[in-house]
Amino acid sequence: MWVEAAVATLLVASGLATLVAAIGLVRLTSFFQRMHPPALASTFGAWAVAAASIVYFSALESRPVLHAWVIPIVLAITLPVTTVLIARAALFRKRQRGGDVPPPLHES
Amino acid sequence: MSPLLTVAIVATLACYGVAMALAAARLMRGPTAEDRVLALDFMYIVGMLAVLALGIRYASGMLFEAALLIALAGFVSSAALAKFLLRGEVIE
Repeated sequence: MWVEAAVATLLVASGLATLVAAIGLVRLTSFFQRMHPPALASTFGAWAVAAASIVYFSALESRPVLHAWVIPIVLAITLPVTTVLIARAALFRKRQRGGDVPPPLHES
Repeated sequence: MSPLLTVAIVATLACYGVAMALAAARLMRGPTAEDRVLALDFMYIVGMLAVLALGIRYASGMLFEAALLIALAGFVSSAALAKFLLRGEVIE
């Protein structure tokens, strides 16, 4: 019984975090502000779903089933890379358009 | 599958669906191309989370591997799109 309550709580928490992230993605005004909310879904949302999966399958098979933990690890490796690439691309394109952004660090 | 868990999974999938619809609105509207890439990346993540939740619903270990593949495909596509925006071509 407590297993199902824990799994349900984790799943609903993950859904609410993802919903908040999506609302932020729609409502914030500038692109560099909009870069932040998706991190809420990809960190807390993914951790909660992975924890729910681990708890549920461990209780189902009466042994530790930990492979769902690979998902947060993969996200922790890949997401910083895509975030930096998208931020670099946005900064570069805004600079090309003559937007109000900080200058490059080194003039070459 | 108890009624509590069924209701929780349906509510979670509804949250994911609304989140995906909002991201699709940003994908359609997005003033710049970077916004669209960011929204697509977010939609990949939400789709992966939905597949994980469905894996709990059907008590199936196979959907976990599908979620892993979606995560890797999302990484490759977002990196390629960001590279395209930065350089104008993907592989130079």
